Amino acid sequence: MTKTANQTTPANRGLAKTPTGIQGLDEITGGGLPRGRPTLVCGSAGCGKTLLAMEFLVRGITQFGEPGVFMAFEETAAELTQNVRSLGFDLDDLIEQKKLAIDFVRVERNEIEETGEYDLEGLFVRLNYAIDSVGAKRVVLDTLETLFSGLSNAAILRGELRRLFRWLKDKGVTAVITAERGDGTLTRHGLEEYVSDCVILLDHRVTDQVSTRRLRIVKYRGTTHGTNEYPFLIDEDGISVLPVTSLGLQHEVSNERISSGIPRLDSMLGGEGYYRSSTVLVSGTAGSGKTSLAAHFAIAACQRGERCLYFSFEESPGQLLRNMRSIGIDLAPWVAQGLLHFHSSRAAIHGLEMHLATIHKLVRDFQPRVVIMDPVGCLTAVGTRRDADVMLTRLIDFLKMQEITALLTSLTSGDESLEQTNTDISSLVDTWLLLRDLELGGERNRVINVLKSRGMAHSNQLREFLLTNQGVELQDVFLGAEGVLTGSARMVRESTEKAASLLRRQEVELKQRERVLKREALEARIIVLQKEFEAEEEVAKRDIDQEQSREETHRQDRDRMGISRQGDKVLQDVEPPIRNHKPPRSRT
Amino acid sequence: MSTPTKRAKSTGQDILPGANGEEETWELRLYIAGQTPRSVAAFANAKRLCEEHLPGRYKIEVIDLLLNPQLAAGDQIVAIPTLVRKLPEPLRRIVGDLSNTERALVGLQLRPAKPGN
Repeated sequence: MTKTANQTTPANRGLAKTPTGIQGLDEITGGGLPRGRPTLVCGSAGCGKTLLAMEFLVRGITQFGEPGVFMAFEETAAELTQNVRSLGFDLDDLIEQKKLAIDFVRVERNEIEETGEYDLEGLFVRLNYAIDSVGAKRVVLDTLETLFSGLSNAAILRGELRRLFRWLKDKGVTAVITAERGDGTLTRHGLEEYVSDCVILLDHRVTDQVSTRRLRIVKYRGTTHGTNEYPFLIDEDGISVLPVTSLGLQHEVSNERISSGIPRLDSMLGGEGYYRSSTVLVSGTAGSGKTSLAAHFAIAACQRGERCLYFSFEESPGQLLRNMRSIGIDLAPWVAQGLLHFHSSRAAIHGLEMHLATIHKLVRDFQPRVVIMDPVGCLTAVGTRRDADVMLTRLIDFLKMQEITALLTSLTSGDESLEQTNTDISSLVDTWLLLRDLELGGERNRVINVLKSRGMAHSNQLREFLLTNQGVELQDVFLGAEGVLTGSARMVRESTEKAASLLRRQEVELKQRERVLKREALEARIIVLQKEFEAEEEVAKRDIDQEQSREETHRQDRDRMGISRQGDKVLQDVEPPIRNHKPPRSRT
Repeated sequence: MSTPTKRAKSTGQDILPGANGEEETWELRLYIAGQTPRSVAAFANAKRLCEEHLPGRYKIEVIDLLLNPQLAAGDQIVAIPTLVRKLPEPLRRIVGDLSNTERALVGLQLRPAKPGN
């Protein structure tokens, strides 16, 4: 019966698990805590042990219908109830429903005198009574080691604790035992010795005045589990562990292309824009238009009806809206429609892991198709460069696995080489747009180019762009001796070219007109010649006719003379046609 | 409810210098879990101590938690056996089988802790 329920994946077959219901923890443990066995949760003071244990119980009751017992050694039931009320857990209600039993065990050294042999049967009796009163499947002992401070006979305690864990197993309850972390050991009194199935270590570290909570599965017998340290958050929804387990490259690829929001930029990117679920990096110096480019992309996503999550680490939402409106990009309607969501926070308020966890949680809650992070570079200010890179890798992988298109902006400082500064993350991104200021002729002009774009034929052209009242506009390309022309140089060239082309056009028109004239003249001459010829032809024809009629007249005269002379013979000399012509007459 | 109560009448002798001037009945509770040799020994030891030091003005209530588990939480019982001094105040808990008489007396505050009255 123990092995029938709750096998999440084939890999875990054979070890039944009890889901904790805590976000992320079940993913790391591959389904939850070992069912019917004790799990040790250790950590130093204030790292969230009690909360984790309590959430395990409450979620068990509310989500999985498994009643629970909380045996508290440090806090009273009233204190516990008050502490977790801020997380939305109403313990009083659960107790009233007979789903939860809280037993506060107070062991005060100064009230207790030890005289001779004893055991902890009283604890067993109480636990057993509490379990039976609600039919508990889950048990929490928080913090069991308090016993060591109340009772001095360690030998007895150890023996009894061993018996307690055995007893819990026999009872078939899934137990969470919390323990304080010791010096160099997992727990102060070596409880890990008795709990051999699953040990979870919580940690609360402060680096550079920034605190981060982390969780690690130290051991989990008989199952695979994530071995890393995972950051976790405690917020109004309880604990959420960040299961960025795999720095994996198994995400689905999409052939779908989505617009960058700027038509001429799309055409630079093989004519169709970015790939869906790719990662786009927009890097550039201060004021080079990174945010404007990001805003265009956000608008484009909203216009497609997709949700867009905008993380701003430098500007408040209000400031961002105002500034974008100044270049004709009105984001407010999309915010009102719920398609666009801003999350503004200073990078320095959290550690990197907390940022990652926050992003993770927001992405889960909001379910966006597009995520914008503006700018990611300031995260390096929080942790070390390496940490920031690891975090970005995790983030990018996470977003890719969710099939979310990400646009990251990155600030490069003026004195560094533009392409050098970003080499660390550049290998992670699919499309990299480089914005820069070109200083030429006493002015600075913005120029964009596609540094790389995986999987598409992209333009190699540097393009000047302007921030106009209608947003970002890419300009026509004019090449000069020293490269692409920008600003007034471009405008000068533009007008020169315009003038030159006008001139050429006029010349062409002139030539065309000349040609027409020539043709017309030629045609006129042809007509004249034709007329002359016709006239001559007429004359010639007339002469011929005259000649012929003269000949006829002459022949008729001769015939008549012949007839009158009766000398037919003379006519023998005349040409046959004429003779043939006349035989009937000659016969008559 | 099997709460075998031992009650002894006061003999009128005040043998305890540290005790209150007037005679006071001590209320003791012995928590056990089943009739184990240890709990039997604890009861015997408790009775012996009381007979020696509180003749006739003590009351021992034995509570078997196997029969009344719900009573364990009320007196914060963890270890078995535990002898609880309900009266006189303040409440004291003595865990173990009371085989160490010295410590049991200290625990019950029957040994004069304060010199003089």
